[in-house]
Amino acid sequence: MFNIKRKTKGEAFFDIFNNFGMLLICFATLYPIWYVLVNAFNEGQDGMRGGIYWWPRVFSIESFDAVFQSSGIMTAMGITVAKTLLGTVLHVFFTAMVAYAFSRKGLIGGKIYILFGTVTLFFGGGLIPTYLLMRDLHLLDNFMVYIIPAMFSFFDLIIFMTFFRDIPDGLEEAAKIDGANDWSIFVRVILPVSMPVIATIALFHGVYQWNDYFAGVIYMNNMDMQPIQTYLYRIVAQSSSSQMLAAIPGGIGKSVTTQSIKLATMVVTTLPIVIAYPFLQKYFVKGMMIGSIKG
Amino acid sequence: MPAADAKAARSKWFKKLYSQRHIQIMALLGVLWMIIFNYVPMYGVIIAFKEFNIVKSISEAPWVGFMHFKEFFQDESFVDVMKNTLGISLIKLAIGFPLPIIFALFLNEVRSVGFKKAIQTISYLPHFLSWVILGGILATWLSDVGIINNVLLALNFIDEPISYLAEPSYFWSIIITSDIWKELGWSAIIYLAAIASVSPELYEAATIDGAGRFQKMWYVTLPSIKATISILFILAVSGVLNSNFDQILVLRNSLNESASNVIDIYVYQTGMQQGRYSYSTAVGLFKSLIALILLLIANRVTKKMNDTSLF
Repeated sequence: MFNIKRKTKGEAFFDIFNNFGMLLICFATLYPIWYVLVNAFNEGQDGMRGGIYWWPRVFSIESFDAVFQSSGIMTAMGITVAKTLLGTVLHVFFTAMVAYAFSRKGLIGGKIYILFGTVTLFFGGGLIPTYLLMRDLHLLDNFMVYIIPAMFSFFDLIIFMTFFRDIPDGLEEAAKIDGANDWSIFVRVILPVSMPVIATIALFHGVYQWNDYFAGVIYMNNMDMQPIQTYLYRIVAQSSSSQMLAAIPGGIGKSVTTQSIKLATMVVTTLPIVIAYPFLQKYFVKGMMIGSIKG
Repeated sequence: MPAADAKAARSKWFKKLYSQRHIQIMALLGVLWMIIFNYVPMYGVIIAFKEFNIVKSISEAPWVGFMHFKEFFQDESFVDVMKNTLGISLIKLAIGFPLPIIFALFLNEVRSVGFKKAIQTISYLPHFLSWVILGGILATWLSDVGIINNVLLALNFIDEPISYLAEPSYFWSIIITSDIWKELGWSAIIYLAAIASVSPELYEAATIDGAGRFQKMWYVTLPSIKATISILFILAVSGVLNSNFDQILVLRNSLNESASNVIDIYVYQTGMQQGRYSYSTAVGLFKSLIALILLLIANRVTKKMNDTSLF
């Protein structure tokens, strides 16, 4: 700091006030999540009385037991994991591949392709025409409805292109001289040096796949292929306790209530994101930068 | 011999095309995907002007002109739907847009680097939770035995628990507050990046001129990030009508319907639940029209204020 001068009273007051305000914001952000957590670890019947703010009153993991024993919830979890993994890998690979092609200099028709894509940023069909398309493609009640319609995004393509344009041409030239064709250049040369942008897009899309519940609501009638978010939506928003009861083997026990199961399911659903989050942080901040430079 | 020239040029063009055949295949796969998943639904929008039913194909359905649009304007839900859509969206914009900027400005004033990082990390977290989870959190908080009612009862502000989610009068506040809670930190990232790239020399000059902290914010930082603010404002306006759907679908119920029925929800109800495909598509198209008007207004406003605009 070039500021050698001692802080004035006003400055010091401002710092204290500002830091305090920031602490308040942090608290307001974390506390609602903490509240759900301590209530989920509290015994169900006792939790009905409310008043649990900082720590479980009667500690119990029975609600979590019930969640892990429920075949319905575990199936939904499996679907979510599968759609997130497969969906993210395909989305990243396919979007990167098209972006690489579009970003090549001297591509015949390149300008038209990009215009073609730009239109899709501003215009769309809306709910019903999209639904009718899925119906005609026989994607209703089909696991691929989570994957194929989400495997490409022109917005992500722009971010990829921004990154690819900064890769020195020398890399490709060298591979070309060695007799590599465009496929193998893309897979062996371009992808390995693009890890930062791949990680960013993978993270964004992974979070989207993990959190998306709407595709399950409109395209899936088959209850065995619901992702966990859709499953939770039916319980939270439509208060479908019957589905909840059906999910618990042997029905609701003495110490487990529909509410405590709901909380436990919410915790289990959110945990993977919260655990992965600190490790992935540096990528999405970087990714926002790439995106914003383009913006 | 011009013909020979043309022939040579053409064969050269084909040679070039052949040499980039792998790349062309990659590019055309992307184009094909866009034709199927973006352009086919765009074509499907014409059912808004037809009497489409599930048995026949789109092209077989008879044209009805603007009948479905008129139907919507005369529908008893029309006033409520429009009021809720514009009300929620505009309030969200008015409060939710400036707050991240203010947050970024004050966060930038935090002196300790470690503390700043920690605040940032914590403040993005809610962005990664789904609306379903948030719906669950809100339902827990706002329930009769939830923390809000407990605290208010303990302080004797109320005599009996209020069922917040069942009261239309509370609905807008719940929607707007929870959205701000979720996105505040995330939206601030871009502004922080923009602030970080402001030249330190400007601040030094301002210090020498005797500017205090708030003066520096006002006269140095804000003008330096004006362009970023403008672009993001235009983007926020263009997306404002679409930003509520996931959230409202989770929090709405039959009791708060008069405050929670927005265009997107109405489209979903009439289209997916009642099977009125043509009508629902017409309503959706009407929404796109409003979004376009809002976008043009926002673009005009930012153009007037400074020289940045999207087009």
